[in-house]
Amino acid sequence: MATKTEIPTQPAVSLSNQEILRYSRHLIMPEVGMEGQLKLKQAKVLCIGTGGLGAPLGLYLAAAGVGRLGIVDFDNVDLTNLQRQILFSSTDVGRPKTEAAAERLRNLNPDIRIDSYETPLTSENALDLFRDYDIIVDGTDNFPTRYLVNDACILLKKPNVYGSIFRFEGQISIFGYPDGPCYRCLYPEPPPAGLVPSCAEGGVLGVLPGIVGAIQAAETLKLIIGKGEPLVGRLLLLDALTMRFRELKLRKNAECPVCGNHPTVTKLIDYAEFCGIRGEEAPARPSTVPEITPRELKARLDRGDDLFVLDVREPHEYQICNLGGYLIPLGDLSRRASELDSSREIVAHCRSGKRSAEAAEFLRKAGFRKVTNLKGGILAWSDEVDSAVPKY
Amino acid sequence: MPVKVIIPTPLRAYAGKQESVELQANTVGEALASLTNRYGDLKKHLYADDGRLRSFVNIYVNDEDIRYLQKDATQLREGDTVSIVPSIAGGWR
Repeated sequence: MATKTEIPTQPAVSLSNQEILRYSRHLIMPEVGMEGQLKLKQAKVLCIGTGGLGAPLGLYLAAAGVGRLGIVDFDNVDLTNLQRQILFSSTDVGRPKTEAAAERLRNLNPDIRIDSYETPLTSENALDLFRDYDIIVDGTDNFPTRYLVNDACILLKKPNVYGSIFRFEGQISIFGYPDGPCYRCLYPEPPPAGLVPSCAEGGVLGVLPGIVGAIQAAETLKLIIGKGEPLVGRLLLLDALTMRFRELKLRKNAECPVCGNHPTVTKLIDYAEFCGIRGEEAPARPSTVPEITPRELKARLDRGDDLFVLDVREPHEYQICNLGGYLIPLGDLSRRASELDSSREIVAHCRSGKRSAEAAEFLRKAGFRKVTNLKGGILAWSDEVDSAVPKY
Repeated sequence: MPVKVIIPTPLRAYAGKQESVELQANTVGEALASLTNRYGDLKKHLYADDGRLRSFVNIYVNDEDIRYLQKDATQLREGDTVSIVPSIAGGWR
């Protein structure tokens, strides 16, 4: 299929002898050759997010000799990132991600141009940021940004190489290709805030974004050199647990508000609002369950008060650390509430206080009169009462 | 018709931790009804209060989106795979 993102080769651009040696394994393949490598040299790719997906993406694009790479990320490197964000090393903890990423990529390939944008991507800056680049690669981790990237790409007519992950599952596709679908064709609306589990409940197998990000890099390279069949109109699904790939057909929605025949979205909107209010449920209201702080709980336990500590986390979390509480995972609570004595005062806790708030509300509605929620969960207990309790 | 329904990771907790469920159904609508009858908690994740499928969830029969087939009325044949594909954004936040 003729790809319309092919970068036309300008006669003035050439490869030095060093570059020819560096890219020899590309050059000896007819699918790339000098022509393809020159296209790579002139290509400009913007990577949104340099985290789990951005790591293999940046590395492989730099290795391939993409002439200009832009990296957008406003975060700093955190210890918990190192389980999967392999662009960084332990000494980078605390550094801005774009700085650490640019340094690592320059070490890999000093011949390419790397521009860092240590800024959140917003409706105010997205169009200007994207304009200079040929291809945008979405390596972000939240819904508002995904819709922002999608819409900006459609408005600017630039392809969007999409990849996303959750635990063991990944999705990859290319949106914004001429006559192809966009992200909104697939998912017109985001899930309501709070319905999709947070990192604490979600987690991710570290290598999964490695696989998905590498596939995004492969698709980006194919778009640039104009060879092979890109994932346009195709959603590639990966289940890393079974290591099975499936492919679903994606169609362009003629009624799509952004890329359809009669678009109603002609400029960037407020995406936080789109994801918070357009979602089918109202944003979570503050909990009405009484709370107890870790210090208060400790004081009462030391005093010998008769409190029943209920832990609503999962068994594998209990093994990391626990307060000796009685374990009933939140998902099992409705079935197992009969194990609890409603005459006793129950303090519910989880990791950060969110799940236990839900548990406490459930129990109160079920007639348990004396239930409180441990504010901040076991994380706050570690901070305020006993730092020997590990945080995770 | 015996068909397989594939449960995506974010919803497995509400479907007895299964990654797929075998059931009998002649249409997509019947398959989803059978599924949500078996796993009540799944219902509120798949359907809004007005009974419509949530718009961040897509249903496929084999590799075709039911929105481009006959939606809930899409006929199923023996051995068809019904996939539930929700939007995911991955990672932190």
